[in-house]
Amino acid sequence: MSDNILDVIDVSKIYGPVKALQNVSLSVRPGEWLAIMGPSGSGKTTLMNIVGCLDSPSLGRVILDGLGLDQLTAGELTAIRREAIGLIFQQFHLIGYLNALENVMVAQYYHSLVDEAEALEALAKVGLADRAKHLPRQLSGGEQQRVCVARALINHPKLLLADEPTGNLDETNEGLVMDILHGLHRQGGTIIVVTHSPEVAQHAERVVVLEHGRVASDSRGADFSDPSGASQTA
Amino acid sequence: MAGKGTRARNRAFGLKMVLWSLFRRRSRLLVALTGVTIGATVLLGLITLCYDIPKQLGREFRSYGANMVLVKDQVGGRLSAGDLAAARAALPAAQLVGLTPFRYEAVRSHMLPYTAVGTGFEDVRRTSPFWRVEGLWPGAPGEALVGVDVSTATGLGPGSLLTLEGRDSRQVRYEKNFTVSGVVSTGSVEDGFIYVSLADMEAMTGESGLVDLAEVSLTTSGGQSLEEMAGAVQTAAPGVEARLVVRVTRSEETVMGKLTWLVYLVTLVVLTLTMICVSTTMMTVVIERRKEIGLKKALGAESRSVAREFLGEGLLLGVLGGLLGSAAGVGFARIVSHSVFGRGLSPEGHLVPVTVAVSAAVTVLASLWPVRRAVDVEPAAVLRGE
Repeated sequence: MSDNILDVIDVSKIYGPVKALQNVSLSVRPGEWLAIMGPSGSGKTTLMNIVGCLDSPSLGRVILDGLGLDQLTAGELTAIRREAIGLIFQQFHLIGYLNALENVMVAQYYHSLVDEAEALEALAKVGLADRAKHLPRQLSGGEQQRVCVARALINHPKLLLADEPTGNLDETNEGLVMDILHGLHRQGGTIIVVTHSPEVAQHAERVVVLEHGRVASDSRGADFSDPSGASQTA
Repeated sequence: MAGKGTRARNRAFGLKMVLWSLFRRRSRLLVALTGVTIGATVLLGLITLCYDIPKQLGREFRSYGANMVLVKDQVGGRLSAGDLAAARAALPAAQLVGLTPFRYEAVRSHMLPYTAVGTGFEDVRRTSPFWRVEGLWPGAPGEALVGVDVSTATGLGPGSLLTLEGRDSRQVRYEKNFTVSGVVSTGSVEDGFIYVSLADMEAMTGESGLVDLAEVSLTTSGGQSLEEMAGAVQTAAPGVEARLVVRVTRSEETVMGKLTWLVYLVTLVVLTLTMICVSTTMMTVVIERRKEIGLKKALGAESRSVAREFLGEGLLLGVLGGLLGSAAGVGFARIVSHSVFGRGLSPEGHLVPVTVAVSAAVTVLASLWPVRRAVDVEPAAVLRGE
């Protein structure tokens, strides 16, 4: 049995005539920080959705924490999302009628049991203790994303999936979010970040580049050379 | 024990989410709430009227005259005072509008034959409110009413003197003078009669305590049926036959039946429209909140949790709309009762929980299809903006 927390084996995803992913294979070790890069339409988000049990592959297998996802029912996949995965979205996706604290508690509610003190502590860790009672519309983009991060981490997921986590943030907030991810990584958290930003990708230990739905390169962070050249000039 | 406490916290949080989703999104709440409230208003209003219409129409029908006639079951037999007392005792006091005795005698006046009727004028006014009197009702011994046909033929009118002649029970000739107090129009055969008080009639004929028939006016709302009451009279007063005035009772039953069905039909239409309104609003809510539903499912919400939240919102809307509609419905029923029947009505308290329950059930039922759509939301698709 593999020691990896995630094995993607020869996965393809086909939407009619469009092949979003073609024979993608990759593995992620526990505690590893992986960045998935690639231009728009390269299949990054499709891969993340498949790994996050939000979508299923047309071909191939995904093994998450020892479980073959293709063998699981819809209910079991829902349970995996609840128990093992933390999701961070580029558009934050906070619930508009709940305040920051309640948005974090929603994840607890569906996972197990709500604990206001713990949710407040999670908000404090992302620097938002004083904004706990604010509705999303009363928060800046950076603050909303930090609420999203706190919500993703509240149930201590085995795998954190972040889709363009800094795509809508300014430099300061980008730094704050990356610091939080570094903190999680230091504590042994496994992180997969989907990004088109070389700056964000450089924080990862390993970078997989997708092009036209295929793995174009898979390199250690230090060996990663930005195909656009942006990282070399930074 | 800790488990129970934390589960209670979870239930409280679930309820809080439902409440906030309604109250922090007021505009959508108001649209749906207005629909449910209007539905509940019309529902309670119509059901209240349904309860009240028989009472109100019963009063109206009583103005068309008696609906039961008491006679002796032998041809030519007369009812005794004991028969009338037993019959009166057998009838429910709450349903008895009036019981009027009538005694008919052949008399002559100015050489012409007439039918004189001895009766109780106070009772007549209760059982035959359709009688129209020009002049005054007789109020003292020696006063009489003449039918409009008699008045036309003889020129008798209020203040005229009238002499009635005949033979008493011992075949002794009598002659008695009366003062005409008024002229009565009934639109029927009664317009050809002369009316005196029962006491005057008994004095003329020398025979007391016997009448030919009694007309009875009874309401049928909220009590025994006419058939049951007729049976009760015949049991309590043997030898007395209680006949129903078919013309009046059938009309009453027919109108009541049709009106009740009309109210039921309107209620059904209103409930259907309420369901359509709520269902459309809930469908709009689901479409508006597809991302939220997708997010919740992405966070691990099971379909039944999502369904429970939406049905909870529907239930809350139904209860709230039912309560508001109940208050408005009482006002609606009062306005209708006042403008149609010219009388107020007393609200039926037990209809409020029924209205709230029906309103909640209709709202939940109307939410089922939208909820089905909600649980079918694919999180990956909606989160990427499809």
